[in-house]
Amino acid sequence: MSDTKRFLYVNRKAPHGTVYALESLEVVLIGAAFEQDVSLAFLDDGVFQLVKKQVTTGIGVKNFAPTYRALGDYDVKKLYVERESLAERGLTEDDLMEVTHENDDEEDVSSIEIVDRARMAQIMAAQDVVLSF
Amino acid sequence: MSYHFNGADIASDEEGYLTDLSLWNPELALLIAKDEKIEMSDEHWEVVNFLREYYDEYQIAPAIRVLTKALKKKLGEEKSSNKYLYELFPYGPAKQACKIAGLPKPTGCV
Repeated sequence: MSDTKRFLYVNRKAPHGTVYALESLEVVLIGAAFEQDVSLAFLDDGVFQLVKKQVTTGIGVKNFAPTYRALGDYDVKKLYVERESLAERGLTEDDLMEVTHENDDEEDVSSIEIVDRARMAQIMAAQDVVLSF
Repeated sequence: MSYHFNGADIASDEEGYLTDLSLWNPELALLIAKDEKIEMSDEHWEVVNFLREYYDEYQIAPAIRVLTKALKKKLGEEKSSNKYLYELFPYGPAKQACKIAGLPKPTGCV
């Protein structure tokens, strides 16, 4: 399709203290219906959005973290996580939840790619639309 | 809005979706279905139960495109087509089946 645009949703905030992360995720899910080339970037405190085993009962808000794992069903297959942001927060790839999608051979493969800051800048520069949350 | 069920009022939003999905049970589902003019068959329950399982795992009511894809994997081709689902739920499978399942309106469902 010739009018497909490259959309990047940039997530920079921790998940539950503000509504940004949830709003971003909802926009991604709604936007997925329009069959654009969608990818997500997680940097700064945004990397906390993908940390596994989040529990929100103590703060009385809905835990939407499991919804990231549904992104593959919506054909959103590219989640870029910035390596430096993880390291600055004492996190590694092992602290992140599994997010997968089905490849052309119907195998589940990881949607998460850890990239360094320079590569993240290249990814951003290659987009038609960048939406920051 | 609310549903009158077993002598209690179960709150819903203005479109009839439950506000507190923990109050859902199969008998209440029958009542919601009746309001939607749907008589629940085994085939209806298959879809409703599938939606509840999907929500339980992902905390989201799937869009219709995602629902048909996932149903195809689980129940096969003939039980996952748009046509099949619209026959079961004439006013929109995602909308009506989610309402009966006690789930919120699907994200992106307009």
